[in-house]
Amino acid sequence: MRTPPKRRWTLRSRSARNLIYQLLLLALIGLLIWFLAHNTARNMAVRGIQSGFDFLFQTAGFDIGEGLLDYDSSQPYWRAFLVGLTNTLRVAVLGIILTTLIGTLIGIGRLSRNALLSGLCGAYVEFFRNVPVLLQLLMWYLLFTEILPAADAAWRVDTWLGPVFLSKGGLSFPAPVASASGWVLDLPRQGEFAVEQGGALTPEFLALLIGLTIYTAAFVAEVVRAGIQSVPRGQTEAAASLGLSRAQAMRLIQLPQALRVIIPPMTNQYLNLTKNSSLAVAIGYPDVVSIANTSINQSGRAVECISIIMLIYLCTSLGTSLLMNWYNARAAILER
Amino acid sequence: MSARIFEPILARPAPTRSAGPLGWLRSKLFSDWKTSLATLLVGTLLAYYLPQLMDWAVLRARWLSDANDCRAEGVGACWSVVAEKYRIILFGRYPFEEQWRPLVATLLMVSLLVASCIRACWRPALALAWLLVLASFFALMYGDLAGLSKVESDRWGGLPLTILLATLSIALAFPLALAVALGRRSGLPAIRSLCTLYVELVRGVPLISVLFMASFLFPLFMPPGLNIDVLVRVVAGITLFAAAYMAEVIRGGLQAIPRGQVEAAASLGLSYWQTQRLIVLPQALATVVPGLMNNFISIFKDTSLVTIVSLYELTGSLSLGLNSDADWRPYKIEGYFFIALIYFAFCYAMSRYSLWVEQQVNKGKAR
Amino acid sequence: MNNMSDPIIIFDKVNKWYGNNFHVLRDIDLSVARGERIVICGPSGSGKSTLIRCINRLEEHQEGRLVVDGIELSDDIKATDAVRKEVGMVFQQFNLFPHLTVLDNLTLSPIWSGKIPKKEAEQNAMQQLERVKIAEQALKYPLQLSGGQQQRVAIARALCLKPKIMLFDEPTSALDPEMIKEVLDVMTELAAQGITMLCVTHEMGFAKAVADRVIFMDEGQIVEQATPQEFFSNPQSPRSRDFLSKILGH
Repeated sequence: MRTPPKRRWTLRSRSARNLIYQLLLLALIGLLIWFLAHNTARNMAVRGIQSGFDFLFQTAGFDIGEGLLDYDSSQPYWRAFLVGLTNTLRVAVLGIILTTLIGTLIGIGRLSRNALLSGLCGAYVEFFRNVPVLLQLLMWYLLFTEILPAADAAWRVDTWLGPVFLSKGGLSFPAPVASASGWVLDLPRQGEFAVEQGGALTPEFLALLIGLTIYTAAFVAEVVRAGIQSVPRGQTEAAASLGLSRAQAMRLIQLPQALRVIIPPMTNQYLNLTKNSSLAVAIGYPDVVSIANTSINQSGRAVECISIIMLIYLCTSLGTSLLMNWYNARAAILER
Repeated sequence: MSARIFEPILARPAPTRSAGPLGWLRSKLFSDWKTSLATLLVGTLLAYYLPQLMDWAVLRARWLSDANDCRAEGVGACWSVVAEKYRIILFGRYPFEEQWRPLVATLLMVSLLVASCIRACWRPALALAWLLVLASFFALMYGDLAGLSKVESDRWGGLPLTILLATLSIALAFPLALAVALGRRSGLPAIRSLCTLYVELVRGVPLISVLFMASFLFPLFMPPGLNIDVLVRVVAGITLFAAAYMAEVIRGGLQAIPRGQVEAAASLGLSYWQTQRLIVLPQALATVVPGLMNNFISIFKDTSLVTIVSLYELTGSLSLGLNSDADWRPYKIEGYFFIALIYFAFCYAMSRYSLWVEQQVNKGKAR
Repeated sequence: MNNMSDPIIIFDKVNKWYGNNFHVLRDIDLSVARGERIVICGPSGSGKSTLIRCINRLEEHQEGRLVVDGIELSDDIKATDAVRKEVGMVFQQFNLFPHLTVLDNLTLSPIWSGKIPKKEAEQNAMQQLERVKIAEQALKYPLQLSGGQQQRVAIARALCLKPKIMLFDEPTSALDPEMIKEVLDVMTELAAQGITMLCVTHEMGFAKAVADRVIFMDEGQIVEQATPQEFFSNPQSPRSRDFLSKILGH
């Protein structure tokens, strides 16, 4: 068996022209980048702004309202960013799980034969899709801070695990806590000014989580509906002719096939939810963008801080895409 | 074989059991016991909560009262806040007496957008109309000519600002998106990599970071001493953001064109650019109109984010109007509902149109 | 410059690979005389379509010489453009432009590539449409026509360039059986008018009636070339015999 010979190169050939065009373009881009960088350096010199990422090791000097890690204002900037990152991930992961559940149910509900159910689900989708997410977040936050009672007179619901309190101070619930005698439930109780003890979720976190979940669920519902409808009708007809009920046909025939169509746009919605969590800066939840904003104001290092948040989001996007691609490949191979 | 004479049977109307309102109820809500149960459950929930909502929002609501009236006991929603503050919500900090100018400008822009959607208007004159309306929009808003007083761009706000940002960004983003989409499908690796890098970079970061970049970094990128208006910077940021998403939609349309079309054009001797212009793009763009419409709806909603960089469009102008007014501040939620209604009206109309276009395109495909 | 007895197409040890491993054309030596009608047949994957697509450079060969009407095909863009003006191609999937009327489909290339004024291009187009007996459909859109009508329009479109060579890549394979005859009739008439034709097809009746030469290809090589009478009645190679038995059997 022979292999193809090497290509010969002439000036009039298509390959030569292509090479020249590309070299010109790269030169132009290079020139542009040099121009921007040069201006930036001069501007920063004029304004006396330092550059460099060493500021990350300086003291931050500001407090953060909530977070999973220990932090106070004497900690360095990098730790502040880390707290912000964990806050973002907290809301993103919970949001993704909840929105998948709610969105899938509503998507399936839209395909129901019951006109009332499908009408309601349709109304849900149309309403929440056509209002900006920032407006929805602001409204949820307003609801939480205006409608809920003050922290000294919280609403109380007694569940089998213990009492759950809801007020302007947030949601307090029984939480497992490690102690000397093993895992113990830390129960909240109504104090004089606020609810004390127990696991707590701030109203900012709640507003962000609920707002993002409900908004994204409307899109997830559409993705799920389109995916289920993409399965050819012949499949459902074959299932019916074999004696399967509608629910069985949905679970065994339609959903598995629909999943392959659903996964790419679903990944997109997960990424959108993660990116929309950056709007936390508008309602005071200290996510990574909010922390970056404060850092820019404190340290003046705009270029560095913005690069950090862009890098973080790019990595998150890449990570989510890779994860979903892996799941997609697995789902496809298993069907062979 | 006996010859049977064929007697045609005339069409008769269907029996009434499946038609009419009773028939609809029967098939849609009570077709089997599971559906009936679901109807009863949902119906009961609705019957319980809906009247309460109606009571608060309509029956016990105040529509045109003042703030004291709304604070009275047993009063429902206070829609008077809309009646009181609608001008600052709709027009932001624009000088009160001159507010007819943003009104006219907005109406002009909206008419232009509606006209661009009607197939009968797709003539070369439309491009001219775009330029004229945009020019008159700026002339009306900024003033400083023909006897109109000057109003700086930092006083522009509310609905005109939202529509301006959305329309201008989309108009500028479209040619960029077209170039990037073609570039991503190019055979030249440098062009393809650059375009892919741009799209993936922009799509991976939230709009807020692009707006921060526009707000904090664009001034640094310019030569020292050159100051660019914040409005221009924000439009540039939104344009770069929108172009990446539109490029993906256009690329999808380009990919859907069968390779045979390009081969036929090549075999007829057409050059690359002639093929794109005459064969590929006319077909591709027709199919991506629904997708581009969705982009426009997204950008329209995303303009609300400029509130965070201190431009007071529709979402931000409410806070502007209410934060400093202690009397009306408790009724912010009604104000929010009003704004949500405006966004809903625009976006719903646009999404209906997009659906209609999609149906038209599919009709044209069927033989 | 070109002697009328010069071959119009010369393949000289032409080789082509797809990627590094798939050797799709192997040492093709072929000489086509002016006005000759050739039918190429063979099993799928044998390289027949690739062979004729090399002639108008829709595919690029990596080794050997390929000369069309005195112009050698190579990386040179000018050579490719010149050859495409001489060669017309008809595709299996018609590839008509659905957003243009039939008339616009035909006048597109003469106007934009041939720089011919619109009136002249339209007159020429109507002549070609009459030649394929479909002039009354000139203002319709392709998707409003039947498959057979679309393919005839495609033939007229290729003829608008007044090419010296016409290439047909399985022109009737995508048609419903009742429409194959109308397209073959048009091709037969064309053949009678003296144009050089290379046709990849399974329609053996057409080959017997029209072809000067039948070429059988298998696995990238020309296995056998003969006149139709010789090929169909007395195939020399066992591979040709095998192929014919499959095709003519049902």
